[in-house]
Amino acid sequence: MSEAANPAISLEKSNADQTKNAKTLFGFWVYIMTDCVLFASLFATYAVLHRNTFGGPSGETLFSLPNVLAETLMLLTSSFTCGLGILAARAKHKNKVLFWFLVTFVLGAGFLFLELTEFRHLVITGNSWRRSGFLSAFFTLVGTHGLHISIGLLWLAVLLAKITSKGLSKNNLRQLTLFSIFWHFLDIIWIFIFTIVYLMGALGK
Amino acid sequence: MDYFAGVLGKLNTHVFPTDKVTLGAAISIILGGLLALAFLTYTKRWKWLWKEWLTSVDPKRIGVMYIIVGLLMLLRGLVDALMMRAQQATSVGTSHGVVSVSTFQQLFSAHGTIMIFFMAMGLMFGLINLVVPMMIGSRDVAFPFMNLTSFWLFAAGMILINLSLGIGQFSAAGWLAYPPLSELRFSPGVGVDYWIWSLQIAGIGSLLSGINFFVTIIKMRCRGMNLMKMPLFVWSVLCTNLLIMFAFPILTVTLTLLFLDRTMGMHFFTSGFGGNPMMYVNLIWAWGHPEVYILILPAFGIYSEVVATFSRKRLFGYTSMVWALAAITILSFSVWLHHFFTMGAGADVNGFFGIMTMVIAIPTGVKIFNWLATMFRGRIHFASPMYWFMGFVGLFTVGGVAGVVMSVPPADFQLHNSLFLVAHFHTMIVGGVVFGYLAGITYWFPKIFGFRLNERLGKWSFWCWFIGFLLAFIPLYILGLMGATRRIDHYSASLGWQPLFIVSAIGAAIIAVGVGIFILQIIVSIFKRKDNIDYTGDPWNGRTLEWSIPSPAPSYNFAIEPVVSSRDPFWESKHLSKDVQPEVPHYKSITMPKNSSIAPIIGALSVAFGFGMIWHVWWLTIISLVAVIVSIIIRLSDDNTDYVIPASQVEKIELSYKEKRALAPKEKYA
Repeated sequence: MSEAANPAISLEKSNADQTKNAKTLFGFWVYIMTDCVLFASLFATYAVLHRNTFGGPSGETLFSLPNVLAETLMLLTSSFTCGLGILAARAKHKNKVLFWFLVTFVLGAGFLFLELTEFRHLVITGNSWRRSGFLSAFFTLVGTHGLHISIGLLWLAVLLAKITSKGLSKNNLRQLTLFSIFWHFLDIIWIFIFTIVYLMGALGK
Repeated sequence: MDYFAGVLGKLNTHVFPTDKVTLGAAISIILGGLLALAFLTYTKRWKWLWKEWLTSVDPKRIGVMYIIVGLLMLLRGLVDALMMRAQQATSVGTSHGVVSVSTFQQLFSAHGTIMIFFMAMGLMFGLINLVVPMMIGSRDVAFPFMNLTSFWLFAAGMILINLSLGIGQFSAAGWLAYPPLSELRFSPGVGVDYWIWSLQIAGIGSLLSGINFFVTIIKMRCRGMNLMKMPLFVWSVLCTNLLIMFAFPILTVTLTLLFLDRTMGMHFFTSGFGGNPMMYVNLIWAWGHPEVYILILPAFGIYSEVVATFSRKRLFGYTSMVWALAAITILSFSVWLHHFFTMGAGADVNGFFGIMTMVIAIPTGVKIFNWLATMFRGRIHFASPMYWFMGFVGLFTVGGVAGVVMSVPPADFQLHNSLFLVAHFHTMIVGGVVFGYLAGITYWFPKIFGFRLNERLGKWSFWCWFIGFLLAFIPLYILGLMGATRRIDHYSASLGWQPLFIVSAIGAAIIAVGVGIFILQIIVSIFKRKDNIDYTGDPWNGRTLEWSIPSPAPSYNFAIEPVVSSRDPFWESKHLSKDVQPEVPHYKSITMPKNSSIAPIIGALSVAFGFGMIWHVWWLTIISLVAVIVSIIIRLSDDNTDYVIPASQVEKIELSYKEKRALAPKEKYA
């Protein structure tokens, strides 16, 4: 008797898949929590150093809020389209999944582009990370978020390629779920960066 | 010239060591490695090593590999310690001792780093891997591939730190590399970069392991084992992993910031440009203090298992033990500032952290009393794990009291950075952590290999460690009170310190004999394994699930997943004849994870990545980083990572164990 024909075994298999999913999901949440601690350390560092401009410019003069608003809108929208993509994945609409996650990818890439433009502008005007403790902390905190976004984009690109070739397999669906948790998490971190670094910085707090 | 700078980074022909001591160490490591390679080739074991060990995702094998690396690093750290003792015993007055000042600075930096990160962490993860899945009645960990990757990242860090002996030099900035000394301006060599990258890579491995075992314990316990029925070792590992998950990201950040300072010219911890060196000290201890509890909690867990088993009694005060662990876990994040009362944070801040430090001694005291109460009116069997436990109780209490003394900020102003402090934390780490892990290795060895370690040599090893420890560190307590600071490479003869330093060196030599006997014990036991063979799977009359399965444990641990209803399920099944396993078993096929060669590849690439970062060989860094990413993508795309052991084969394996068990001489359970 083949294993697939035996209902007891196939039931056991689907149970095993479920426990595997549960473990992976839980493990990923735990990982997200450790990443929270990582960002918390960087925020604390920024809080300690944000006045240490060493005679250089402070956030008040450096930050351009319209640019940051554009970044924020792009990232928030990408989180929304990511959610739509997950809904499509639940309904097993492969093409909709591809569409919404492609939109997510484009918005994420746009965010990254704007961020890098801002960094480039700062460096060109002589305000690189070498200028002061404040700018070191700024580049590292915002850059670490940007690095996470880049990793997310790479992950999403690979996932999209796999979904195109293999369809919505169990493995791919599981990874889509994990990706969406990751992406929403980065959104939340961005809200904190937006508030603590940019808004409070522009207000000179 | 520019061309070479592009290709080779900071590497040139002057990077090889010139002083005799370092050269000797490098050459002996290379010779040892060559000898091992020759042996493997001669006995044609390469394939066996690769297939059965290096790529194995079986946590028991991963555990053994961790322990082998941990013991090797114990030897390396021990040699560093012996040379430091030799230097301080001889470098007085007109004599300048056996090693140069710069070598001495590298010695104390390497000793601390290696002993904490690669000896203690290695033995800890080794024991966790060996025992936790079996104790919770599980066949595996939650993420087997990630577990093997963690080991290889740990091994990669270990390789990098030892490379510093032969290529370049190691950090001379102490084991925690405080800035501004560790900044580029004051440490322009590659030493601190070696320190940063070996710890960074190994630390990420530890973080992944922490997540892995946390999920394993939360999600994979067998039926009936609710949280308050978990063995105490499992509880201690759960708390340790919680600490790892909260503390290690801080280490990752701290090391990264120091790296950015040194390599990118940033100003986090520099003395100018708005940097703040004290922020580093805060960050590193916000990781560092939980780290010492990360090391000691599993040792507490081991003692709890050992003392209950060898007293033939239920552990006294289980619930209070669990709460004590939980209290230590939480409090350990509120004491970090006691490492630098002298920073000048003011009386209120110092007062708070001083009081919290005293408070954390309370749950530790609860545990000591519970262990003693477990022994009280027990039928105590003085096997060698019990020796380690009793040595621990004495030393740990002395060391703990010394710690409470230093938790008083005014007293700490006198004792800060003195040898009194050095003696204190060695009492905790050697007497607590190392004794615990050696007890654990002795205790669980038969479960993995099917035979016990030689008891007589084990006890000799203990006595050497114990007496050597007292001789080595009591003089340091006294010297510290006399005003001797740590890390001095030379002192004036008129101080009258030399006799005490000589006694301390003799003590260190006796500890070295103890380490030698421990290694000898393993070798002798392997050769004479027939004398100590264990047919029953339960050589110590144990209490918990791991002893209910045969030794050496099969790859799948449990042929039939156990169901438990009490805290000491195996003990009760033996004595109340309630079976954990059914009388006539009905075996089913078992799904297990396949071995993976991607994990060791990621380890090797991490060495290359770190090496490139240290020496600014950027092409190597980029290529290996891309290769790591590709390896991960390949692994994530692999849908076929499991294999099935058919029921018939499980039955065959289990029957062979039963036959073996029938051979056992009628037992001597007391």
